[in-house]
Amino acid sequence: MLIQFATVFVFLCLGLGFVVVSQVISHLIRPHNLHPAKQTVYECGEDAEGSPWIQFNVRFYLIALFFIVFDVEIIFMLPWAVAFNDMLKTLGAFAFWEMAFFITILALGLAYVWSKGDLEWVKGLQSRDLREVRPLSVLTSKDAAPHGRVKVSEHGG
Amino acid sequence: MEAFQQMLSQAGWAQGMQPWALSGLAMLFAGGTILGGVAVGAMFFIWTERKVAGYIQSRYGPMYVGHFHGVLQSIADGVKLLLKEDIWPTDADKFLFRIAPLLVFTGAFLSFVVLPFGPDFVGASLDIGLFYAFATSSLVVMGVIAAGWGSNNKWSLYGAMRGAAQVISYEIPLGLAVLPVVMSVGSLNLGTLAEAQRGWLWSWHLFNPIFFVSFVIYLISSLAEVNRVPFDLPETESELVSGYHTEYTGMKFAFFFLGEYADMFVVSAIAVSVFLGGWYTGIPAVDAFVPAPLVFILKSVFLVFVQIWLRWTLPRLRVDQLMYVCWKVFIPLSLANLFIYGLIRSMVG
Repeated sequence: MLIQFATVFVFLCLGLGFVVVSQVISHLIRPHNLHPAKQTVYECGEDAEGSPWIQFNVRFYLIALFFIVFDVEIIFMLPWAVAFNDMLKTLGAFAFWEMAFFITILALGLAYVWSKGDLEWVKGLQSRDLREVRPLSVLTSKDAAPHGRVKVSEHGG
Repeated sequence: MEAFQQMLSQAGWAQGMQPWALSGLAMLFAGGTILGGVAVGAMFFIWTERKVAGYIQSRYGPMYVGHFHGVLQSIADGVKLLLKEDIWPTDADKFLFRIAPLLVFTGAFLSFVVLPFGPDFVGASLDIGLFYAFATSSLVVMGVIAAGWGSNNKWSLYGAMRGAAQVISYEIPLGLAVLPVVMSVGSLNLGTLAEAQRGWLWSWHLFNPIFFVSFVIYLISSLAEVNRVPFDLPETESELVSGYHTEYTGMKFAFFFLGEYADMFVVSAIAVSVFLGGWYTGIPAVDAFVPAPLVFILKSVFLVFVQIWLRWTLPRLRVDQLMYVCWKVFIPLSLANLFIYGLIRSMVG
């Protein structure tokens, strides 16, 4: 087992070495004529306005949160799946129903998130069409930022 | 690695070496072979992509370099990238900017360790192979985020954030889709998964109705996983210039490209070993004399070709459609698939 992970380590060294060595070779033979104009940020020829390091839209973080929940679930299910054949012999159908119960709880979580509208990429649109104001959705809706202000959204700025 | 170890133990000059040195050398040879294969293979895929794109769009693609259909075009491009001046934005986060191509390429390359090219042709036949491959593919996300954040460019950051959201989202259906197969075989070792499909064509997992659903989910999710059209939102040439590698030039850019094409091969190779019969041709008599790595590589290259084909056929999805497909279609579908498979197995045994 250990020798197998030694192979992984050798591959890691080879991969890193390949990248580093070719960068060094490239460094030795390429031209070095830096100029401030070359080192400006490329934004289609316009001068860049402001820094991109801004507060980012919360949607991305929500997705990351959901991901963690489901990824932990998969990590939990992998050993179960590997041992499934053996467990069927010793435990019978209980091996399946135990996990089915667990998956149902998670599926309920997904259904809850879904019904709350957190899986909608543009959450504001729905409430705007219904002409109803919900305090929570206003915060995330597209109309939240008054006109003229720089909106912190992926397409804003 | 086993094949190299055997060759070494028979070679005259390696006689009398310590066993650990012998296996160390075998590891180096295996790694070197795969590294060379990745570099040359990626160049071949780039050339193929340009030719396929050309013919799909009623033009020729590269025609001049190397005389025959521009076969040496990728080498010429490689030399050009090697000689290209390296520039970076003044305000870039230098550390992240430099480390990003390293993460992207190494993450993709590390997945090759577990790919079973044949019974004896596997870097390390890890018992957690599939899990390991998913884990190393997450390293690529780190590289994408580092590139986007480090570049100090708005296009890069948008591309990186989209890329991260997309890749982590699609990792879930990807993981859930292979679970029924893992349950049936009882192993995460890619070699064992391929071994379970020995025999005639219909013993491939693809031809089991439940695994077929898994295969379709896997194939589409893997396209999103490697940021290919119709899921290429992190790159979207028409709106974000080039996404997270907008600011990269020269060799750094080359490694993003190498990493992308290596990743395409990795997801295809995993699909081949889990669903498409691994190194088996589907006819037992033929398996006896056809070299296993050849079969495996040909199948994987075919799947890479399918990815290229799709790229030049389909339009791009919108971000909300992308998330809709993942969270509201694939995840419930793969959970249902898993449930049905478990139910059948718990009743039939």
